[in-house]
Amino acid sequence: MTGWPILSTVTFLPLVGAFLILLIQDDNELARRNIRNVALLTTVFTFVVSLWIWGEFDYQTTGFQFVEQAEWLGTGITYHMGVDGISMLFVILTTFLMPLCILASFESVKTRVKEYMIAFLVLETLVIGVFCALDLILFYIFFEGGLIPMFLIIGVWGGKRRIYASYKFFLYTFLGSVLMLVAMMAMYWNAGTTSIPELLAHDFPASMQAWLWFAFFASFAVKMPMWPVHTWLPDAHVEAPTAGSVILAGILLKLGGYGFLRFSLPMFPIASADFAPFVYSLSVIAIIYTSLVALMQEDIKKLIAYSSVAHMGFVTMGIFAANAQGLQGAIFQMLSHGLISGALFLCVGVVYDRMHTREITAYGGLVNRMPKYAVAMLIFTMANVGLPGTSGFVGEFLTLLGVFQVNSWVAIFAATGVILSAAYALWLYRRVIFGALEKESLRQILDLSRREKALLYPLVVLVIFFGVYPMPVFDVTAASVENLINTYSAGLEAAQSVAQAN
Amino acid sequence: MYQIIVLLPLAGFLIAGLAGNTIGAKASEYITSSFLVVAAILSWIGFLTFDADEPMAPITMLQWMQSGGLDVAWALKIDRLTLVMLVVVNTVSALVHIYSIGYMHHDPHRPRFFAYLSLFTFAMLMLVTADNLVQMFFGWEGVGLASYLLIGFWYKKPSANAAAMKAFIVNRVGDFGFILGIFGVFAIFQSVNLDTIFAGAADVASRMGEAGGEGAEAAAEGAANMGDVVLNFAGYSLTMGGAITCVCLLLLLGAMGKSAQLGLHTWLPDAMEGPTPVSALIHAATMVTAGVFMLARMSPIFELSHTALTVVTFVGASTAIFAATVGLVQNDIKRVIAYSTCSQLGYMFVALGVGAYSVAIFHLFTHAFFKALLFLGAGSVIHAVSDEQDMRRMGGLRKHIPVTYWTMIIGTLALTGFPFTAGYFSKDAVIEAAYVGHNAFALYGWGLTVIAALLTSFYSWRLIFLTFHGKPRASADVMHHVHESPSVMIVPLFFLAAGAILAGLLFEHEFVGDAYEHFWGASLFTSAENHVLHDLHEVAFGVAIIPTVMMAVGFALAYYFYIANPAMPKQLSQTHRGLYKFFLNKWYFDELYDFLFVRSSKWIGRTLWKTGDGRIIDGLGPDGVSARVIDVTNRVVKLQTGYLYHYAFAMLIGVAALVTWMMIGGIS
Repeated sequence: MTGWPILSTVTFLPLVGAFLILLIQDDNELARRNIRNVALLTTVFTFVVSLWIWGEFDYQTTGFQFVEQAEWLGTGITYHMGVDGISMLFVILTTFLMPLCILASFESVKTRVKEYMIAFLVLETLVIGVFCALDLILFYIFFEGGLIPMFLIIGVWGGKRRIYASYKFFLYTFLGSVLMLVAMMAMYWNAGTTSIPELLAHDFPASMQAWLWFAFFASFAVKMPMWPVHTWLPDAHVEAPTAGSVILAGILLKLGGYGFLRFSLPMFPIASADFAPFVYSLSVIAIIYTSLVALMQEDIKKLIAYSSVAHMGFVTMGIFAANAQGLQGAIFQMLSHGLISGALFLCVGVVYDRMHTREITAYGGLVNRMPKYAVAMLIFTMANVGLPGTSGFVGEFLTLLGVFQVNSWVAIFAATGVILSAAYALWLYRRVIFGALEKESLRQILDLSRREKALLYPLVVLVIFFGVYPMPVFDVTAASVENLINTYSAGLEAAQSVAQAN
Repeated sequence: MYQIIVLLPLAGFLIAGLAGNTIGAKASEYITSSFLVVAAILSWIGFLTFDADEPMAPITMLQWMQSGGLDVAWALKIDRLTLVMLVVVNTVSALVHIYSIGYMHHDPHRPRFFAYLSLFTFAMLMLVTADNLVQMFFGWEGVGLASYLLIGFWYKKPSANAAAMKAFIVNRVGDFGFILGIFGVFAIFQSVNLDTIFAGAADVASRMGEAGGEGAEAAAEGAANMGDVVLNFAGYSLTMGGAITCVCLLLLLGAMGKSAQLGLHTWLPDAMEGPTPVSALIHAATMVTAGVFMLARMSPIFELSHTALTVVTFVGASTAIFAATVGLVQNDIKRVIAYSTCSQLGYMFVALGVGAYSVAIFHLFTHAFFKALLFLGAGSVIHAVSDEQDMRRMGGLRKHIPVTYWTMIIGTLALTGFPFTAGYFSKDAVIEAAYVGHNAFALYGWGLTVIAALLTSFYSWRLIFLTFHGKPRASADVMHHVHESPSVMIVPLFFLAAGAILAGLLFEHEFVGDAYEHFWGASLFTSAENHVLHDLHEVAFGVAIIPTVMMAVGFALAYYFYIANPAMPKQLSQTHRGLYKFFLNKWYFDELYDFLFVRSSKWIGRTLWKTGDGRIIDGLGPDGVSARVIDVTNRVVKLQTGYLYHYAFAMLIGVAALVTWMMIGGIS
């Protein structure tokens, strides 16, 4: 490995792009085109550079790699970055989805283009920062800071009820993060450090773990989102512009799952084990409840948003199964859901840009005019229902397999999601795509443009590739997941031996 | 060679699917069809040259998943059972491809159709060659997808879309059981690879043998070394015997979905909305037999569970009789054949249930030929009478389409078990196996399959008489256009007719006769106490002749009802109105399910959404609070900047407070 700070480069490259855009006067069409191109080039370049991380990544190392450390603020808070097998792929996912988001906004965003692009680039920096941060304070700043641009994207470029949606988003996430902040203070107080690697090695007293666990849970559960704190998500999705939805579903929802993997499980193993049944219950309720709710939605985006909640239920269930299949399945499910839900929102964006409505009843028979769109949508729908051969299956299968070994009831109930997801997804597909083209307004609708093909086809390829050959992901995550399981079970054993000694 | 057999249809799918519009419909048809013909020929070569005494190692193609103890690869397991299925699938698929060139001649979307057919074939081949349960599940869902696409091929028809969706979702109910079964197997044997599972099952069997018990449960309960809990399922802690039964029942649920057994059969008749070649390939010869294949494949673990086998027998026999009764009164020519398929699948399950796995596969093998023949024949009829499917508007077609007529007669003879046709050997073997079977429902299975044999003969001949005999009931215009199908459709019928006549005669010796052990090798497992196959050759003549008698009686009745005395059926349906309605409406399963599942889940979904999310969660949570806050804020600042400002500010205060505190902490 060279001494080049690759993680910081990837993290702050988008900011450089944002700075360049800041210099451009947003007053004519040419300038706007420049702004779009600069944003696109920045994100593409960031993606290419980030691939270098994957290329140089050492599969055998269980600890953090590409570590950068510098004193900051002179008080024990350090600028500390690094990735391991759990976080690395999320960085890649982020840098991969960002160019798609920028490209998706090329034509649909017409007002305040400059600010919009800056918001997205800043968001990218902050999100990558979350996955790389190895210091509590740094993590918190990135984690919470990321909400500001997202909040703006919904609030400024959103739909009719954007104020309500962004307010709800704010209320939920804010309440969660206040508790997390308190917990972080308590951790520092107890362990005397804010360094995440050191905290991972620190044994928190059992009495304290429960409280810390709950404080973090409050924040991550909102982010996931888990039932019953999920209602902000459908509203946020519905109001957000297409690219906002892609980022929200594709990446921001993963922050919660990443948090569980990085903090809850390894740092508070006793509390995690104690509360696992609680998490299972919420996950199972989420899967069944939101699938049933999704069945009855009248708005395409809302339906997909609810299905996201259901899919995140598989993730939380897998994480707290705390075995190899559960954890790797959960990580895989998050990555795969990032691709699939992102793609589905892009698909909605395609027809929304044409018809300016998301009502299911406004569509029908699109396959007659848009066969290419119908094929892409079919593949993503099938991936969403977890058809084997698509990436959606691998995550669902592994999380279910993982949790089955721990608690078969959970697996049985969660597996009903297999039936329900088929019901809502196929029903949606039937109402939107199939049938005769009878609506007058749809007569002249056009199939995918070249730009839209460039958005959707790479996702089609990836969704199928990772369904058939998911090994690249398993290779990256295997060592770190094993390490995580060891940390977790060592923590539990220590607690047991203490209990026995008493 | 086996990679080529499996991957050729995939190549055909990709070519026709991706480049179909570029290369044109003709090229798509020829490419996919010729690929399938090659695959079929290679399958026959493999089938005829295979020697079961020299088992082949699995052919690994690509690693799939690896996580903890789970290790799954894309691999082909080649043994006799696989080869039988390869032959069936590829032969029927090749013939259906060729037939479709003629049948779909007028359709504007032919490349898409052929792409789907090839996709289906590929998925089915992955299913039957699977070396592990997960790959089997891939094929399992893959054929489900292809079936969904093909049933809904004419996407402008709302009924076709509804049927496609129903097929997929009902199958998913079965898949729910299958996937839990896979988890159970993994929990017991720590692997999903078939060879490992079978080795583990053999180990269990030998330990059970040592324990000296009769069946699995008795041994498990009696033996101390079997008393360890190996599976926790739904609150039950199961020891080995119970665990295996539990896993078998879950797998059975999967098989019931795919093979349209009673309870999960509702999708099959509706699936007739698809083009007729699809019905022949998917809903008669191949996909619906996947359940039978799966149970036969898993015979090493099913042999360990007496209970599960008993349930299989019960399900099969009930399906056989149920579908036969419904088939009696249907008017749509394809639906009659669909119910007949459902009923014959029940026969196969009965054979599986009494432990006669080879008999079940034998019936699967012969059934593929004559049922595909009947469907393609029906397709030829429909083609001739301008897409009419209602038999009440047919009649008198015998003279106009003689080739179709005679091939359908052959199919009917084989289905009803006319001596020395294919069905005679396999169906009678099923019935005899049920007669000599030992489990609690074997006699039930025997009784119902015998009655179903009578009904089968009756409805099959009813179909022939209504369609081809009597006076024409179609309009003069339609009758004027009636024409024999082109030879591209007729030639496949000849091949299938040859199979329907000869498949039983040629292969009985190998499948269920003396060459059994040499033929099957280790691919089907029968435990030491299982003598069904031996016993069924020793049944008394009086018993063995019963199915044939039933066939003759059914024919006579149908002749009396529809040729000699055509007013009779109407009279009978008037006098037994309730029973007639009950059968005509398929025992009211659809109505029951609609009430129980469809409407109730819609209602629950709406309630959860409006009341759960809307009134309770939002009402008590954010909306209640926001209502107060918005009142205030509205007047003060523009909302978006106001909130953002507040938010950023709150965060900064938080960070500042934390940093301050740490500084103080650091100093002190």
